[in-house]
Amino acid sequence: MILLIVFLPLLAAIVAGLGNRLLGNTVAKVLTTGALFASCLLSWPIFIHYLGGGEPTIAPVFDWIRSGDLQVAWALRVDALTAVMLVVITSVSALVHLYSWGYMEEDPDQPRFFAYLSLFTFAMLMLVTANNLVQMFFGWEGVGLASYLLIGFWFKKPSANAAAIKAFVVNRVGDLGFMLGIFGTYLVFQTVSIPDILHMAPAMKGSTIGFLGYRLDTMTILCLLLFVGAMGKSAQLGLHTWLPDAMEGPTPVSALIHAATMVTAGVFMVCRLSPMFETSPFALTVVMTVGAATCFFAATVGLVQTDIKRVIAYSTCSQLGYMFFAAGCGAYSAAMFHLFTHAFFKALLFLGAGSVIHAMHHEQDMRYYGGLRKHIPWTFWGMMAGTLAITGVGVPAVFGNTMAIGFAGFHSKDAIIEAAWASGQSGASIVGMIVALLTSFYSWRLMFLTFWGKPRWTQSEHIQHALHDAHGHDAHHDDHAAHGHDDHGHGDGTGGYHPHESPLTILVPLILLSVGAVAAGFVFHSYFIDPTAGEAYWRGSIAFREHLMHAVHEVPLGVKLSATIAMLVGLWSAWMMYIRSPGFPAALAEQFRVVYGFLLNKWYFDELYDLLFVKPAFAIGRLFWHRGDEKTIDRFGPNGSAWVVALGSRVAGRVQTGYVYTYAFVMLLGLTGVVTWAIYVSAK
Amino acid sequence: MIGLTHYLVVAAILFALGVLGVVANRKNLIVMLMAIELILLSVNLNLVAFSAYLHDLVGQVFAMFVLTVAAGEAAIGLAILVIYFRGRGTISVDDVNRMKG
Repeated sequence: MILLIVFLPLLAAIVAGLGNRLLGNTVAKVLTTGALFASCLLSWPIFIHYLGGGEPTIAPVFDWIRSGDLQVAWALRVDALTAVMLVVITSVSALVHLYSWGYMEEDPDQPRFFAYLSLFTFAMLMLVTANNLVQMFFGWEGVGLASYLLIGFWFKKPSANAAAIKAFVVNRVGDLGFMLGIFGTYLVFQTVSIPDILHMAPAMKGSTIGFLGYRLDTMTILCLLLFVGAMGKSAQLGLHTWLPDAMEGPTPVSALIHAATMVTAGVFMVCRLSPMFETSPFALTVVMTVGAATCFFAATVGLVQTDIKRVIAYSTCSQLGYMFFAAGCGAYSAAMFHLFTHAFFKALLFLGAGSVIHAMHHEQDMRYYGGLRKHIPWTFWGMMAGTLAITGVGVPAVFGNTMAIGFAGFHSKDAIIEAAWASGQSGASIVGMIVALLTSFYSWRLMFLTFWGKPRWTQSEHIQHALHDAHGHDAHHDDHAAHGHDDHGHGDGTGGYHPHESPLTILVPLILLSVGAVAAGFVFHSYFIDPTAGEAYWRGSIAFREHLMHAVHEVPLGVKLSATIAMLVGLWSAWMMYIRSPGFPAALAEQFRVVYGFLLNKWYFDELYDLLFVKPAFAIGRLFWHRGDEKTIDRFGPNGSAWVVALGSRVAGRVQTGYVYTYAFVMLLGLTGVVTWAIYVSAK
Repeated sequence: MIGLTHYLVVAAILFALGVLGVVANRKNLIVMLMAIELILLSVNLNLVAFSAYLHDLVGQVFAMFVLTVAAGEAAIGLAILVIYFRGRGTISVDDVNRMKG
């Protein structure tokens, strides 16, 4: 069964990709989407089976590498951890496939798009079912490839190509760490099989390894190397720069790859190898610090972005930070739980944003939205469910209320903050609370700017184009357009444009994901994070700290309430700033111009990297090119020998006077010389 | 009494004149052809002189052959000159330098 789940998407990808135009749009779409829904339907029973408690199973496929001690086999491992990822990947992927029917309807290259999506799903499934590190690395690179192809799907857009290359290059940095981690692991354990490594890891705790004359803690160094890989894939602070740029890809891609699945691969890897990380407190501290820093950084940047997809991208980055700092605190189950709920509500938010973009004729700037609530009600309610979930709306279990109930994000985010507090990392916990406030603010800001207020569409170039295409206006009318069509009698800021609700193929995934965003937290939280039920569920597939999960229930009242209070404060301030007094944000930005610029420019990370890495790299390149190649190798190599030949031929050419008598004279001289020599020799 | 030496000296003088005619002549290609004839004749003179001196007729036969070949060569050389003149309008030695490198 697991073989079907994993290989159906590959089969569909191959057929649709190679068939391409031959098959036509409809066949390719039906094939890939059908394969994904089949995978999805097969995955849920597995998940439900493990909810009831199931032993890990391994389905061998075939041998891959046998070389001396190195044994690598293709095998698909299914346990509780994989089961979670299976349902997340196949469900979101299937819905995104369906969604793309509507979203990509006018695209001329649909079979290619669907083939890439299915290929991505296959690679991701390969990653999560990997039984050894090499196979995981195969999936890891596979999703990287698919991500590259899909970000650059609209290859005629230079910005999309640049973003695709950036994603690939930044991921290479992380992948180098991952590879070194795998090499190191093999060096230490003589195997790449994950169960064997995890089995042997505790015994290696505290051992040291010599490197360049230093004695380093073996497990710390391995964990940190592997974590660098996770940082690259999961866009953690330092290696995050590719994720916002990746929004150049089509929106379904952003939802599937850059929100729900691929970017969580790093979290998955840390959880999968959690027994290894448990042996190194220092590595865990690093994981927690990086996670908390990313969480805070991305949330602050998200506050001021105006592109709807970028806000959600930074939000994703921030939520990934949450997952990492949960893992760093030892609450792997809470990290996986947040991954699970996040997949639903973030995919929902992205797909909702895509629906808004679709309705607004590819306008992505929120400053040109406004008042869309009544025009696209289904999308609005979908986005609403997503926002309620991400901001963590719910009733905490305090004041005698024993049953916490709320939207998906409420359960998982509270669990993380409380687990951080319970594990003694109160600093990280407080960062988590602050970020919960920021999350609430930017999420509601997005909602208010998009769906409330008065329409502000007239300034948008995309809407202008739409109006002109639709009305068949000629160039003469462009002058009027600049004045907002007021002379047409549309003084309401709509510019005469009427957004249309998206087709059913877009709305159905939104509705299904809304169900997940609303219910996933409440229904599954006991399996994931409850001390006893959690232990029974995970069964050693991750390091489950039972006492920590017990301690979560003992945290002070203030901590339990903190996330809810932060959510309410964020909601209130967003309402104050964007509904009550819409002029206030601009005044605030004016007042704190430096801070605003700092946030708007994403803490100047791109500029810093440009200065630190890109410019020097170019400078070195130029040095080698001009000085090294042109002025040394070319000068003394090919160009030098050509110059010598030219000079020689010029000299030789001068001898050729063309006059007959010169030749005759030379012949005579030669003859005289030869005869002289002959006589001289014979005389001796 | 005129001996072999006298013949050889005359032939050497003729040969030198011929060579000078080829090398130092800047006027006319016909003069150059004539100089070549002179060289051949000086060689003939040597052949005949040694033939008489050594009482060996082969030298004289060889001289006859040389004369024949020289006649042929002169005919071909003059023919080339005619063609060349038609093409270039001159047979001045200084203008014949199309092989200049």
